[in-house]
Amino acid sequence: MTSPIHATTPGGFLLVLAVILPVCAVLAILACGPRSTVRIAMLTLAAGLAVAVAIAVELVSSGAALSYVVGAWQPPLGIALRADGLSGAMLLMTALVVVAVGLYAHVQYGLREDARNQRAQTTFWLMLLALWSALNAVFIGEDLFNLYVALELLTFAAVPLVCLDGRTETANAALRYLLFALLGSLLYLLGVGLLYGQYGTLDLLALSRLSRSDPALSVALALMIVGLLAKAALFPLHLWLPPAHAGAPAPASAVLSALVIKAPVFLILRLVLDVAPPQAAAVAGQLLAVLGAASILFCSVMALRQARLKLMIAYSTVAQLGYLFIVFPLAAGGTGLPPWETIAWTGGALQLISHALAKAAMFLAAGVIIQVYGHDRIADLGGFGRVLPVSAAAMGLAGLSLMGVPPSGGFVAKCLLLTAAVIEGYPWLAATILAGGLLAGGYVFRVIDRALAVPAGALPSRRAVPRRLELAALVLAVAAVLLGLVPLRPFGILQIGRGGLAMAGLP
Amino acid sequence: MMMAALQPGALFGLCGAALVGIGLFAVVASPGLLRRIVGCNILGAGIFLVFGAVARRGAGAGFAADPVPQALVITGIVVAFSASALAVALLKRLAEPAEEAAPAEPRGGS
Repeated sequence: MTSPIHATTPGGFLLVLAVILPVCAVLAILACGPRSTVRIAMLTLAAGLAVAVAIAVELVSSGAALSYVVGAWQPPLGIALRADGLSGAMLLMTALVVVAVGLYAHVQYGLREDARNQRAQTTFWLMLLALWSALNAVFIGEDLFNLYVALELLTFAAVPLVCLDGRTETANAALRYLLFALLGSLLYLLGVGLLYGQYGTLDLLALSRLSRSDPALSVALALMIVGLLAKAALFPLHLWLPPAHAGAPAPASAVLSALVIKAPVFLILRLVLDVAPPQAAAVAGQLLAVLGAASILFCSVMALRQARLKLMIAYSTVAQLGYLFIVFPLAAGGTGLPPWETIAWTGGALQLISHALAKAAMFLAAGVIIQVYGHDRIADLGGFGRVLPVSAAAMGLAGLSLMGVPPSGGFVAKCLLLTAAVIEGYPWLAATILAGGLLAGGYVFRVIDRALAVPAGALPSRRAVPRRLELAALVLAVAAVLLGLVPLRPFGILQIGRGGLAMAGLP
Repeated sequence: MMMAALQPGALFGLCGAALVGIGLFAVVASPGLLRRIVGCNILGAGIFLVFGAVARRGAGAGFAADPVPQALVITGIVVAFSASALAVALLKRLAEPAEEAAPAEPRGGS
């Protein structure tokens, strides 16, 4: 290892900007006081979106991963930031969802002026920006300990968002979430310690060269993956998610469900595909796929049984998350291709992005419905499509993507996964994907049925719900559908920077 | 074997492992929320000891008293401290009698 593993590339400073810009905004808000909060936040949203787009453009134009070596200290002493194609796609998705949620919250918080709301509003903006920075740090982090810190920052930003309204119920959900997340990150940290003890480096790229089958690596990876599963809320560890995500205010739920749980999933993906040696990855992949399939089936049924709209959407999040975990055995299949060139990989990444867009749209639309109706009991929402046609449309379009009905991003993703399952010889996974789509159809149609139903009594008035509030959800839902119309060629972006890793893996 | 166990690095490692076990048990098995928070702290302390043992053994660099894990532990302690503070603050909020009357209607969307 005479030549350095990482070298700062020309656009590398953009990665630093992606992390540091929201942090600067948080500090500026704290310094300038609540009056200028919204102005600073809106400015940062625009700047952050520009940075994410610039990173994506740089990735596509150079065709190679961006890296930045902080302070020019090489790992293992220093920390490297690196964005490959998948990270770039995640950054762009995060920016898109955060900006849409920010615009929604801007309109919604503009509606009320009472003091209690003022405090919740400032906290919301602070936490949204802190969360954005932490997410970006997770997506471009290359050092496992640095990733631990980023994950913890993510948790610390997400927990206050859960209990923004300060009710006992939501504080309880937040504490449960925090305890699950804390246990998860401690297990992850223990794994990090064992890995460092074994290999003397925490750099993912260096580890992918060094790692070999030995008990310490297996134990470390098992601890880290279980810890991350608790944070990602996969099936047996999902208990904290529905109350936390359903109790949060709508814009917060949208960010939590669409983005926050994707960060640990992204890390599991990197650990299994990059660090784990092939045999260990195969075993881990099988186990994760079983849990993913259980998650799809169990939580889809739970979603069907929910009486409250937001709880239903929250359970649907756990179910949709399951699809991301059945990617592992399909991508590591016997076709001889590296995992990131398989159709399962593309399908998984597409599912991740389309779910983020669709789920954020659903939670925002649900927020508008609650604003007008004052409750979210599905049975009593008859005819809400007449009062809120735009929200009903957003709900329906987002539902298309969740069900996997063409044309939508979710359809392409599930179609690719299904094809991969059939080709690789996993009939039970194929059956699960189909059953999951059917069940998703069940719970989405429950909502659509209410939207189109003849109202039982007088419809509530729209009160002060401006159109702009509904538009944010519609834009996200349309984006989720459009993702399915984009030809698959652009998804070459997902392979950028991956080939280099394959080269690095060679002796 | 006895001698190996008494070397400082191994001793710290074993103590760390024991603390991790106790902490994990407390987090998973105790019903009380405060006990779980304390359990997380014990688990954290055990993990930091393991890091200490790794540093003593001189992980990848091969020299005794590797500074990198020590730096990691300091950061880890700060993070674990903030996590405990947040958890205790939430617990305190839960333990307080609801002084302001909670709104009757669930305000999920506000």
